[in-house]
Amino acid sequence: MNKDPLIRLAKRANMAKGKIWMIRFGALVFALLLGSLIFLIVGTSPVTAYGAMLNSSLGKASGIRQVVKNAVPLLGTALALAPCFKMKYWNIGAEGQITMGAMFATFFALNFGKTWSSLPLLLVMGIASVIGGALWAVIPAIFKARWGTNETLFTLMMNYIAIGIVAYLQDGPWEGKKGSQIIPNFDKAAVLPKLFGVHIGWIIVLLLVAFMFVYMKYTKQGYEISVLGESENTARYAGMNVSRIIRRTAAISGAICGLVGFMVASGANQTLYSGVAAGVGFTAITVAWLAQLNPFAMIAISLMLAVLSKGASGLQTSLGIPASISDMITGIILLCMLGCEFFINYRMIFRGKKTEGKAA
Amino acid sequence: MEQTFHAVEFRNITKRFGEVTANNGIDLYLDRGVIMSLLGENGSGKTSLMNMLAGIYYPDDGEILIDGKHAEIRSPHDAFSYGIGMIHQHFKLVDVFTAAENVALGLEEKFDLRATAYKMKEICGKYGFDIDPDKKIYEMSVSEKQTVEIIKVLYRGADILILDEPTAVLTPQETEKLFNVLRAMRDDGKAIILITHKLNEVMAVSDVVAVLRKGQHIATVRTAETNPSDLTNMMVGRAVTLNINRFKPKDPTPRLTVAGLTVRDSEGVKKLNNVGFIAYGGEILGIAGIAGSGQKELLEAIAGLRHIEDGSIIYTPEGKNPEELVGKTPMEIRDAGVALAFVPEDRLGMGLAPGMGMADNMLIRTWNKTPGPFVDKRSSEELAKQVHDLLDVVTPDIHYPVRKLSGGNVQKVLVGREIATSPTVLMTAYAVRGLDINTSYIIYDLMVGQKSKGTAVVFVGEDLDVLIELCDRILVLCGGEVSGIVDARTTTKDEIGLLMTKVGGKEGK
Repeated sequence: MNKDPLIRLAKRANMAKGKIWMIRFGALVFALLLGSLIFLIVGTSPVTAYGAMLNSSLGKASGIRQVVKNAVPLLGTALALAPCFKMKYWNIGAEGQITMGAMFATFFALNFGKTWSSLPLLLVMGIASVIGGALWAVIPAIFKARWGTNETLFTLMMNYIAIGIVAYLQDGPWEGKKGSQIIPNFDKAAVLPKLFGVHIGWIIVLLLVAFMFVYMKYTKQGYEISVLGESENTARYAGMNVSRIIRRTAAISGAICGLVGFMVASGANQTLYSGVAAGVGFTAITVAWLAQLNPFAMIAISLMLAVLSKGASGLQTSLGIPASISDMITGIILLCMLGCEFFINYRMIFRGKKTEGKAA
Repeated sequence: MEQTFHAVEFRNITKRFGEVTANNGIDLYLDRGVIMSLLGENGSGKTSLMNMLAGIYYPDDGEILIDGKHAEIRSPHDAFSYGIGMIHQHFKLVDVFTAAENVALGLEEKFDLRATAYKMKEICGKYGFDIDPDKKIYEMSVSEKQTVEIIKVLYRGADILILDEPTAVLTPQETEKLFNVLRAMRDDGKAIILITHKLNEVMAVSDVVAVLRKGQHIATVRTAETNPSDLTNMMVGRAVTLNINRFKPKDPTPRLTVAGLTVRDSEGVKKLNNVGFIAYGGEILGIAGIAGSGQKELLEAIAGLRHIEDGSIIYTPEGKNPEELVGKTPMEIRDAGVALAFVPEDRLGMGLAPGMGMADNMLIRTWNKTPGPFVDKRSSEELAKQVHDLLDVVTPDIHYPVRKLSGGNVQKVLVGREIATSPTVLMTAYAVRGLDINTSYIIYDLMVGQKSKGTAVVFVGEDLDVLIELCDRILVLCGGEVSGIVDARTTTKDEIGLLMTKVGGKEGK
């Protein structure tokens, strides 16, 4: 008997852009259907559940504001990671870089909040956060460039150090009321102003989107990063200073992370605590990859994740569905989105579906 | 015993990759006790056809028969169960393991290295190999690694062997040794398929030749009844003149004067020892040598990519004062007009960014030339179009990743870019590695064109026939030393072969 394999995989030729987006959209629908099953299992109508999610996130102005507020650090950090990932430098230390940036900014907020006026204070805080984040990111990069240490582990470990330092400050030198283990709220001068009800961090990240797009695509430095990511030998051959590029790119990445830390501390939390990064440094990795490092796509992805997370808390408050269920839904959606890339790159041929004219 | 069935028979085999048809209705057979050469240009479908036999690809249409019976080969494992073994161009060995450990890897029998080593010795004795089962792979020469690959396949009982361009990395002497082994295996009744595009090897070792062209089987002929020019005609579909236009260098002036050059690698091993020569403008200087004799290091040292322990490299541009290149950065050297087009074994490792298109790859030369923080994408696109038209690069678009182009086209992009900078010294290494005849000649023509412009061309090559026909002088490296510089017009292959293996009277390896 002639038995072909049941399924064969074949690489696809380039697919039309429109079709690719159709597949991605299909994956989203499929994920939502899978999610419905979970809602059915816990005994809720999927329609009600999805409705509640949408309603709490996009249904009212306060929800939308919260979504934007959640999306800002995600988008900012994903943008920060883009050049590193393009260079195949696995910076998973955004968490620590955000924390460091927030800490540097907080130093000025606490010490000069009463004496300085708002604009210069905020500018100094911003600059300080950029320096803090960049410093934290450049340490592993120097080791990588010089001694070839593994940046993945190094940047990861740096996270815990940064968080530990802030935990110490929170419990010691910067503690507000004795025994509270809380750093006091920032003075008004140290708080980012709002526009349309959300702190102006959203404008800053949108500017960053444009900056990162141009930087990666049209500048010499962006080109250096791409070439180095493709092949280190080629980069040397092209006369590029590899270790300098690694250091510089890590510093830029850390600087943006630091700025995100500043925006979160000053704009959203109006104080500093050890959990300031709140996992954004890791979630942003997903955002960056799902967007395939395209800054504009990152806007959509980070908004989508922010809608999901706001929707999740909405579910909990309005329907009493535990947050873990919403986490599952988020996980399913991300898995489907990543998984559909496979179908964009490969084609499946099933047994029996012979190409033209051959009798079975 | 009368043979009633063919060892392998392809019936109407078709394989497509996306929109490219790699094999189109191929009918072909092979008997036991025969060495068959599978001849064809790049992209003619040789390797994809063999990959179907080895279970790496699965045909879209048609069937494969082994010993007259339908065979369903879905994986390399299936292939082994039919006694089919393939020796790939890129070895699949674990570097830190010994030869015996590599052979034992993945076997389903009891893990007993002593027994494995014993059986390996038996195989070696039978076919005239020579290998130490306890030697680690990373200590081996390319030829030894290949031997391990062959033994690995034989050990698993393969009696249909496929070798994908096995001689590409071997010296003439090693090639001859390999051919003796192949002949011994043939006499033992094995069916052997040799993928190649070197005509002299086809003539030397095979019994029959199957020619593929553009995915189609053109003909299978007995080697004894054909000749290289007939084969070439079948391969390319039209006659290609095998003559390279070699004129006397007019008015050669010293361009590059290398003296006492000594270079060590990162482990401190001397790779070049007291190398000295002069490259003249308007001449092609060939560099011959066994793979790893210091060719790569020499070119990299001149290009500023390697630390130079001792020696000087004096560069004399036309009408300008001589300058010392040692101590300059790669960028400064390149700006002075010294170009390097190095085609590494994997083609993409150095000189190209595989994920980028032609246009962005052109920028590798010029990205830093324009003032300001931005790269000049427009001129790189224009350059890409020029190279595309000049060298007939087959690509859907100049932004299509070069990684996805065929090997020959990748090389065209690389060499084309280097020539486009109109250098005064052009160094190329293995510029025609793995290229078919047509494309090779385009590259040769480009070299000759550079020579006529007064460029000093340094051409590191593998094929001695080509070196002798193309170059004006040939420098032979052996173990990092210059063992001789000969006049290409009067020298012979034997003379060069001798210089390749001997330095200062003592026998090389």
